[in-house]
Amino acid sequence: MSISVNGHDFSNEPAPGQCLRTFLRDLGHFGVKKGCDMGDCGACTVHIDGDAYHSCITPASRALGHEVTTVEGLADGEELHPVQEQFLRAPGFQCGFCTAGMIMSTTAMTDEQRQDLDHSLRGSLCRCTGYRQIHDAINGVDNTEDSDAIAPGDGVGASPYAIAGRGIVTGHEEYTLDTNREGTVHLKVVRSPYAHAKALRIDTTQAKASSGVLAVYTWEDVPDKYFTTAIHEDHLVDPKDTRVLDRIARFKGQPMVAVVAETIAEAEAGCRAVEIEWEVLPAVFTAQDAILPGAPAIHRGNPDPFIRHPDRNVLLDLNIGRGDVEAGFEEADVIHEAEYRTPRVAHAHLETHGTIAWEEDGIMNVRTSTQSPFIARQKLGFLFDIQDANLRVFTKRVGGAFGGKQDVLSEPLCILAARDLHRPVQWEFTREEEFTGGVVRHPFTIKVKLGAKRDGTLTAMQMDTLADTGAYGNHGGEVLGCSLVAMNWYRCRNKRYDGQMVYTNNVPSGGMRGYGSAQPTFAMEQAMDELSAELGIDPIEMRRKNCIRPGDNLAVGTHAEEFQLRSYGLPQCLDYVEEKLKQGNGVPKPEGPEWAEGIGFAIGMADTSPPTEHRSGASVHLELDGTYRINVGTVEQGNGTVTTHLQMAATVLNTTMDQFSIVNGDTSKNMWDTGAFASQGMYVSGKAVTLAATGLLDYIQTYAAAKFGGVKEDVEVRATEVSVNGRTISLAELAQLADEEDGQQLQYSQRAYGSPISAGWNVHGVRLAVNQVTGEIAILQEVHAVDAGTVINPQQLRGQIEGGVMQGIGWTLTEWLQQGPDGEILNPNIRMYRMPNYADAPRIDVHFVDVDVSKEAGPFGAKGMAESPINPVAPAVANAVADATGVRFRCLPLTPPLIYKELNEAYQASNG
Amino acid sequence: MDQNTVVELVKPDPAAPGEGWREGDVWLAGGTFLLSLPLPQIRRFRDLSELGWTPVEVNDAGLEIAATCKVSELMAYQPDPGWAAGPLLHDCVRAFLASFKVWNGQTVGGNICTSIPAGPMTTMACALDADYLLISPDGSERTVPAIDFVTGNNVNILRPGELMRKLTISAAALNRRYALRRFSLTKAGRSSVFLVGTRDPESGEFLLTVSAATIHPFHIRDAGVPSAAALLDMLAEIPDDKYFDDPNGRPDHRKHMTDLFAEEIRSELAN
Ligand SMILES: Cc1cc2nc3c(=O)[nH]c(=O)nc-3n(C[C@H](O)[C@H](O)[C@H](O)COP(=O)(O)OP(=O)(O)OC[C@H]3O[C@@H](n4cnc5c(N)ncnc54)[C@H](O)[C@@H]3O)c2cc1C
Ligand code: FES
Ligand code: FES
Repeated sequence: MSISVNGHDFSNEPAPGQCLRTFLRDLGHFGVKKGCDMGDCGACTVHIDGDAYHSCITPASRALGHEVTTVEGLADGEELHPVQEQFLRAPGFQCGFCTAGMIMSTTAMTDEQRQDLDHSLRGSLCRCTGYRQIHDAINGVDNTEDSDAIAPGDGVGASPYAIAGRGIVTGHEEYTLDTNREGTVHLKVVRSPYAHAKALRIDTTQAKASSGVLAVYTWEDVPDKYFTTAIHEDHLVDPKDTRVLDRIARFKGQPMVAVVAETIAEAEAGCRAVEIEWEVLPAVFTAQDAILPGAPAIHRGNPDPFIRHPDRNVLLDLNIGRGDVEAGFEEADVIHEAEYRTPRVAHAHLETHGTIAWEEDGIMNVRTSTQSPFIARQKLGFLFDIQDANLRVFTKRVGGAFGGKQDVLSEPLCILAARDLHRPVQWEFTREEEFTGGVVRHPFTIKVKLGAKRDGTLTAMQMDTLADTGAYGNHGGEVLGCSLVAMNWYRCRNKRYDGQMVYTNNVPSGGMRGYGSAQPTFAMEQAMDELSAELGIDPIEMRRKNCIRPGDNLAVGTHAEEFQLRSYGLPQCLDYVEEKLKQGNGVPKPEGPEWAEGIGFAIGMADTSPPTEHRSGASVHLELDGTYRINVGTVEQGNGTVTTHLQMAATVLNTTMDQFSIVNGDTSKNMWDTGAFASQGMYVSGKAVTLAATGLLDYIQTYAAAKFGGVKEDVEVRATEVSVNGRTISLAELAQLADEEDGQQLQYSQRAYGSPISAGWNVHGVRLAVNQVTGEIAILQEVHAVDAGTVINPQQLRGQIEGGVMQGIGWTLTEWLQQGPDGEILNPNIRMYRMPNYADAPRIDVHFVDVDVSKEAGPFGAKGMAESPINPVAPAVANAVADATGVRFRCLPLTPPLIYKELNEAYQASNG
Repeated sequence: MDQNTVVELVKPDPAAPGEGWREGDVWLAGGTFLLSLPLPQIRRFRDLSELGWTPVEVNDAGLEIAATCKVSELMAYQPDPGWAAGPLLHDCVRAFLASFKVWNGQTVGGNICTSIPAGPMTTMACALDADYLLISPDGSERTVPAIDFVTGNNVNILRPGELMRKLTISAAALNRRYALRRFSLTKAGRSSVFLVGTRDPESGEFLLTVSAATIHPFHIRDAGVPSAAALLDMLAEIPDDKYFDDPNGRPDHRKHMTDLFAEEIRSELAN
């Protein structure tokens, strides 16, 4: 019996335990994605005889004798299915990794089901959009413009749809592992079952003899070097404390042994055949315990001077301040002091980590899911002693990252094996490995102490943080540094910050949206509300009185900082949120006296560039056919930078976006780019593209003037033509002339940097109701105002904000990695981790405030905004809960079991 | 996900499906549970998809649902509108966290045999006082009340190789009025607490099924609708350590919600 896929019969026999997902991918239907691999996310959705199934939990044998349709089979030739067209135009995606599944689910729904998306979109998860875009796509709302309908030079400020859009909705856009490279072998790892242990003996004999196994690697086979997995421009801002494979396991889930075999099944069997004799060591699971005398020192003896106190598990401490806080507190009429805690949460990007490495013509090629091919190349080159010229690292489209791919995790072992075996080596993380062997958000404990005069004037601010970097220090230092930001946006003479980043035997923490600033914002913005309440001052007035203003010094310490307010939209953001919350949106609180209603808001400020350097080089080329090509190193992971780059270049060159092609994310083709993190895809890479386009324009004008006479200022470049000295010729002609007659290529490149640093603003407001008996929270209204400077693409920015806010809602209400006493992650899968579903997603009123933009900062005065929208969400919700109930929750997530415990008894006593 | 340790897909003989059962065998129904987590101990799938059992059958005794009835088939089945408890069948399907796409694959018996506390087919069967027919590998049969089947989280009374054939619900049970309450930590999420109360129109008997909150379902049965205080006393007999602790709920909250919902159901059915 055969299986028909999109009208073609395949007689391949599925393996007896195989699911339909891998069967279809093996046949080359890469539109069928893996998100969760257990029936929760829907990325793998296909139709069998017209009904929708999650192909990851459907036995492949069930399709024998039936007709399977994948997203690739939906369109009728060039004609898109109406739902594909709708997803293209809404657009219903950011990274696009969920899109094929969303489309296949939608097309299988009845009209009735489409009216009830809360239920019918169960089993269809999107981590990027926050679901409004999905809603619009399913309902046929078109928020974009055809790029050729945008007049030449009008690109900035328009909302063209993503250039990759068609590939995404048809399932043809390639992601990292969407390829079957001839001869590929597979890598799997044995992970440590202990949180802290030493491998006394590793017996690989059985594994090596296991069928199909080609190689087994242990700590004895990897480079004898320490490195850090963290991706930063400057590797000296992170400790060297990690080996590709180590003899010591420092967290449960650490890779100990790698097995490479012809198939995944054989690699897994090889892993099961590895025997390890362990010496189990004492372990420590909280930052508080890790700094106690006598705690096991996790990196004792590490010689890297970066590690502040290896014998006490202190990776880094920071003690910064100015003025005299003691005197400031003396002066205060009211002092507020409290402790706040934030949990460990995961990125849950839908595409798991994955890498394919192979050697070809003396070059090691690494196709991988990373936020920075260039820094990855630097690290990999260092580890394996490979020259830059002989190491190519590149991405295809990345299926979401959020900071989770700002570490080099899946790449090193693939290179090790590819070099050894001379075969392409692929390693795809399972979803469970994402949770147990990926990276997570740093848990923080934050003490805040604030002093103020009766009139609300702040007299002293003090913050004391203790944060958990997990088993390795990768992002610990930078995250700690970033946590200072929450003291930045209040004016106060006396400030004091003391922070410690501490090693534990937990899964390593990493970079995550709201890098180091989401946690302290949760603390500071609640503390400020609490202080206002103690003073009897309206919390918004308190902010207006104390927030920094242009001209203020943003430094917490006494160092001069280049970080300055170059444009300032905070007052407008506050006004908007205040007004909208006052107006309401007509959604009433649920009925019943047990429901208490409240409002809350919070501020978040984001520096437009990280304090460590971030740089990017871009070039723009006029091709001989008269079109333009942009080369820029940044990566597209759903943040939409590629589209905004085209918009900016088209505006500078006074043409339309369809005149451009773009080559990005490849160390062999692009100039250096630090990477797509810290919202730098727009701010720095976009600046490089804009500068290169500006340079090219000047070049074209200069050349045309020289060639045809006249002054360069009078040369007009527009659409596909150039007018000079009374005559008009096509750009193609000009390019050919330059090449043929003068041996010139009309192209220009320029580098850009994060400097100077400006600030963007987010203000989040929420109205909600709390059920004092059950502990439920019902979000009634959500308002989010931002100062993003110039808005390059309104549709896209709105999507970034909604997505960021939704991740904030998840962090606030439902998500957290629960841990057992021995360090085990208890919910290492999408189902139990509980990220927001469509039904959990409130509508968000997103507003961009008008500000006098400062062009000296970002391109066209734009400020990057991908990360920071998450920051004020949790404190705004906590403030609203306190407003509603009078009870403060200083930890997350705010789940019903936590809330009812605090509220129910008091409520019953007064109403029972 | 792939179960790479599975070496054979056995198509059992419908006349003697359990014949030749050996260690490492499992029944494969929809596979929506069996392909959703690593299970390296499995060697053979015994495929139930071609046994040809009629999904839903109405007869004098009441309603018979085959173990292999797909959840989507149960959802498509329209119960006799005369049965007051008929709509409960669909209410319980909607109580799945699983999407309509999972319903197309998963089976009623597969859900009951997975035996997790939040299993809505277990709730349905217990609330309707169903009986299960089980067949052992040698062909002998036994009938057990639904309430006795699940004994813990992912634990039940099935013996090695034993197969669930069908569940039977009496017409009398289907004639009872019912009320339900469900709670989950996210909006369309997995049940943290799922309670169903029924009341016999003639005898007035009251039956409360407590599920999802506890590691296995509990019945509270009384000749009539009890007083609020009496109900609380009966609920207090559920030992504290039977309240389930997992990422979808905490035992104390589950107990709190159980008491709360039980009272709401009691007063709804008292009228
Ligand atoms: C996204 C998602 C959400 C889910 N949500 C829920 C939920 O809210 N509540 C819930 O309870 N479950 C939930 N599940 C798990 C659920 O238990 C299973 O998905 C499903 O009900 C099992 O049915 P199946 O036919 O696919 O069984 P299978 O996966 O084929 O089998 C499940 C188990 O039952 C055994 N079995 C199956 N049929 C028989 C039989 N006739 N006799 C003896 N043994 C048998 C199998 O051997 C196996 O051990 C969810 C699953 C997914 C993928
Ligand atoms: S991969 Fe199949 S549902 Fe997530
Ligand atoms: S666009 Fe939905 S997961 Fe990225």
